[in-house]
Amino acid sequence: MVEFTLWDIFRNLLEAARWTVALSLIAFIGGGVVGVLLLVARLSKAPGTNAFVGGYVQLFQGTPLLMQLFLAYFGIALFGVKTSAWVAASVALTLYTSAFLTEIWRGCVAAIPKGQWEASQSLAMNFREQLQYIVLPQAIKIAIPPTVGFLVQVVKGTALASVIGFIELTKAGTMITNATFKPFIVYSCVALLYFALCFPISLYAKTLEKKINASHR
Amino acid sequence: MRIELDFLSVLAQWPLLAKGVAWTVGLTVIASVIGVALGVVLAWTRSQGPAWAKWVAGTYVELIRNTPFIVQLFFVFFGLPAAGVKLSPEVASIIAMVINLSAYATEIIRAGIDATPKGQIEAAMSLALNRMQTFVRVVLPPALRKVWPSLVSQIIIVMLGSAVCGQISTEELSYAANLIQSRNFRAFEAYIIATVIYLTLAIAVRQLLNWLGPRYLFGK
Repeated sequence: MVEFTLWDIFRNLLEAARWTVALSLIAFIGGGVVGVLLLVARLSKAPGTNAFVGGYVQLFQGTPLLMQLFLAYFGIALFGVKTSAWVAASVALTLYTSAFLTEIWRGCVAAIPKGQWEASQSLAMNFREQLQYIVLPQAIKIAIPPTVGFLVQVVKGTALASVIGFIELTKAGTMITNATFKPFIVYSCVALLYFALCFPISLYAKTLEKKINASHR
Repeated sequence: MRIELDFLSVLAQWPLLAKGVAWTVGLTVIASVIGVALGVVLAWTRSQGPAWAKWVAGTYVELIRNTPFIVQLFFVFFGLPAAGVKLSPEVASIIAMVINLSAYATEIIRAGIDATPKGQIEAAMSLALNRMQTFVRVVLPPALRKVWPSLVSQIIIVMLGSAVCGQISTEELSYAANLIQSRNFRAFEAYIIATVIYLTLAIAVRQLLNWLGPRYLFGK
């Protein structure tokens, strides 16, 4: 039997961690793009969009991410498309992330005083110009800390992709446990690696938040 | 291409689903009560405890908040037996949920405690209330009232997160869906129905707790 040293375990987990990072980036960037589209749709006040986006957010925030992953996995297959864990995990996490981000950003836009909208309208700006020059530059400033904070949730969310067979940090941990029979050490290492990924992001988000609060006082 | 959906063959297994719902709700209730209580204790420790206890509580909160629930669950269920602690899936699920919720609850409740005006504590002291009485009767109720919506959201997040507990064969709702689809191969339909039930539960729990909190927990 092959003996696994602590370094062997750690090295293999570290290699798997890059897929956690990759999936997080896909979900975060994809979710950001979809989130912006949903936000703009909502702000445009076109009939029905508010109810649609509201329902979309409620749907993804009110159901388990695990179920969303299963539905993406089996749902895409239903259309006769051959799915992989990669595709299903990317789709589900992108939609999940977009629902949270669009809601966070809506709050940030709502924090912009109404007078700003009215003033820009009285300068004959159209909807796109209002967003581009007046509202979004101010909203982005207050949106950055909670957005960075949410990145932590995305990284942790990718752990669930292990359940549909996506090989990332958690799945690698399970596989290595099955090979080494050292669950205590392996899962400690897994937790440690997640912590090493998430904690700096949390700290950064907290710093940004403090900065904004200081400038508002 | 035609897609045929057959929800009836899933709904025919409703006793399994009902059992799953009962487990999900049961796990959530137990974990919420213990988790929030632990959160109150830790929040008190973080805002008024001795320095070393503050550090311990702070480290605990950050460790839990920056690791995924599924890893915490696997650590409790697979990792602890190696260290000599054997747990049933249900107990392991509850422990993991309590650990997870308590860390978030600590931060939420602490925000409420920190928002207490200093004059109220001074007023309580001048009425000869001791530190314990001041905390339980003067500081805690308004603090809980202030943060109740966030706390309710967190409890719902933990309930939805409990779907993962099916992975260690706790027989909650997602486990039931999994079992049904392994019997009749209607995977998509089974998970759709489970998802709809989760959504209903989430909405119902929010309504219930928003009603319950002000009446029984911290007064109107």
